[in-house]
Amino acid sequence: MTNIVSLLQAAIVFGTVILFGATGEILTEKSGNLNLGVPGIMYLGGIAGLVASFFYEKGNPNPNVFVSVFISFIASFAAAFVGGLIFSFLTISLRANQNVTGLTLTIFGGGVANFFGGSLNKLAGGVGQISVATASGGYRATTPLASLGAVGEVLFDHGFLTYVAIAVAVLVQLFLDRTRAGLNLRAVGENPGTADSAGINVTKNKYLATCIGAGISGIGGLFYVMDYTKGTWANDGTIEGLGWLAVALVIFATWKCVNAIWGAYLFGLLSWMYFYVPGLTRSSQEIFKMLPYLVTIAVLIVVSLRNKKENQPPASLGLAYFREER
Amino acid sequence: MSANKETRREPFVRISKRTSISRGKAWGIRGIALLLALIVAGLVIFAIVRLNPVFVYGAMWEGAFGTKTRAWATVRDAMLMLCIAVGLAPAFKMKFWNIGAEGQILVGGISTAFCMIYFKTGMSPFLLFIVMIVTSAICGAVWGLIPGIFKARWNTNETLFTLMMNYVAIQLTSYSVAKWENPPGSNSVGIINQTTKVGWFPTIFGQQYLLNVIIVMILTVAMFIYLKYSKQGYEISVVGDSENTARYAGINVRKVYVRTMALSGAICGLAGFLAVSGASHTISTSSAGGRGFTAIIVAWLAKFNTFTMILISFLLIFLEKGATEIASRYNLNDYASEIITGIILFFILGSEFFINYDVKFRGRGRKGAEKND
Repeated sequence: MTNIVSLLQAAIVFGTVILFGATGEILTEKSGNLNLGVPGIMYLGGIAGLVASFFYEKGNPNPNVFVSVFISFIASFAAAFVGGLIFSFLTISLRANQNVTGLTLTIFGGGVANFFGGSLNKLAGGVGQISVATASGGYRATTPLASLGAVGEVLFDHGFLTYVAIAVAVLVQLFLDRTRAGLNLRAVGENPGTADSAGINVTKNKYLATCIGAGISGIGGLFYVMDYTKGTWANDGTIEGLGWLAVALVIFATWKCVNAIWGAYLFGLLSWMYFYVPGLTRSSQEIFKMLPYLVTIAVLIVVSLRNKKENQPPASLGLAYFREER
Repeated sequence: MSANKETRREPFVRISKRTSISRGKAWGIRGIALLLALIVAGLVIFAIVRLNPVFVYGAMWEGAFGTKTRAWATVRDAMLMLCIAVGLAPAFKMKFWNIGAEGQILVGGISTAFCMIYFKTGMSPFLLFIVMIVTSAICGAVWGLIPGIFKARWNTNETLFTLMMNYVAIQLTSYSVAKWENPPGSNSVGIINQTTKVGWFPTIFGQQYLLNVIIVMILTVAMFIYLKYSKQGYEISVVGDSENTARYAGINVRKVYVRTMALSGAICGLAGFLAVSGASHTISTSSAGGRGFTAIIVAWLAKFNTFTMILISFLLIFLEKGATEIASRYNLNDYASEIITGIILFFILGSEFFINYDVKFRGRGRKGAEKND
């Protein structure tokens, strides 16, 4: 029983990271931008939040939890937003190839994050690793509901961002399906030429969707840093792996945030399965860790085989739009 | 009213597609972009370590080419990068987004390590070499073929398929490492055949890495000819420009997809062979080390011209080596190289716009027209 509880808890932690990443990427892709920089953006979001809290807590002997959490949240969103802005400027304004730009952003974001994560404390004159206990404590604070037995542990023993992730996913879905602005955005992603002639500002829509989407994805990195690694930095590349899973989840969810919610927890579950399946040797554990990727491949194949209209990506996904080339 | 005035004005910048650009001008634009990138990267370095950027670049040069050993290590790594980029070129020219080089390299590396471990006795060095080349190429080809066939048959999204194949390959590598670990419990394979050097690249003319250079140069020239002068290379470029045109012209698009992906995967598999047998003599999940991704950018920026790739490969490896040197001198970690690489690539990617499009600013001579308002 405790095994199942801790498996589900671990699944929800990873699931939340992936869910933030995927929700942001769905918003981005709905505008027709395929941003493969999600891992890099999540790196940027994670490190920016960590660095902001670090300086705040270093300067104050008695750091306030709320201030530290607030500062890191804003910094994380802002850094990821800037990552999205770099991508947008290069792909929308300068019409660079989206795949290549996204991969570059992933390299860049990973470099920035791992560099500062590993060296910041040294640069700031400290010793050992960067660590922000207060902010992390704020992010990991739980309500009394967490003590309601096994159910409480699984459902309520998580920091507030876990629930924010679900709320954001639902909100983005509502925005896309039920609002005029969401309809406009989808029109841009399906056929920017038609949207343009209908008077929709294609460039503005793409910029906003990509940058805000990046900001949302970045919070996934923040959650990983503050919750999973408890306010420290690990150069082990896990964020990158989770970032790619987020990109995969977008496909798995067939571009619907609501599907992404349960998909994210499923991916989280698959990522941790190996730890809880009895009788695995160290080598066969590695084979087990393939599961989330194999499942994604299976979904990719099934989606393409069924070829259903409502499950397809936005029609202009990955293509730059230039008015004069219509 | 001001909005009304705005609409009557000529826009501040006008953009039009260039029909052609001279080669000198195009390289001039790229050169300016690179210079700007180095300046920005220099400012970033200055902000972090408070050192004169010129001095920093000097130290980087020393890190990459300072001694003979370092220079050869730079050459070896550049050749590996070039090999991967050469492998990716046909796939990308076909607009097949093979993000899976990382995985193709790893499976090639695993098969090479397998041969080195299990065939270390009972095979002549030459035969072992042939076996390693063939198996690594086949493994890489299979890794590329799986997404290739699905793309050809059912139009399955290849970008994500190949990406996922990377992670499957990484886990397969972890599995192999756990199986072959030496000494047991170290969770690493260690240097394979350290004393006997079976399956290692031989030294030629006293140079350990000369064979790497020879193999990759042959591939580079062959790929250039294949893409530019062969019928299959022509088919690749037609499919890449427009699948419909290709179909109309009677090209069997599915066959081109499958064949090209087999080729692309095979060369990336060979890169894995180079990495294991010709460089590190071990296998780990970091054997590919993100080069599969960086090489995509190399291939793309070179516009699939394999000779241009040589230059770009060297530039990127120089940055990597140089940043490692800076990092070790100033006790930082060497992820700095990825920051610099990212900045430079952003600039070069952005510069392509100014090569493809003509940007005209609102001319001075037209100011009179505005005054009429």
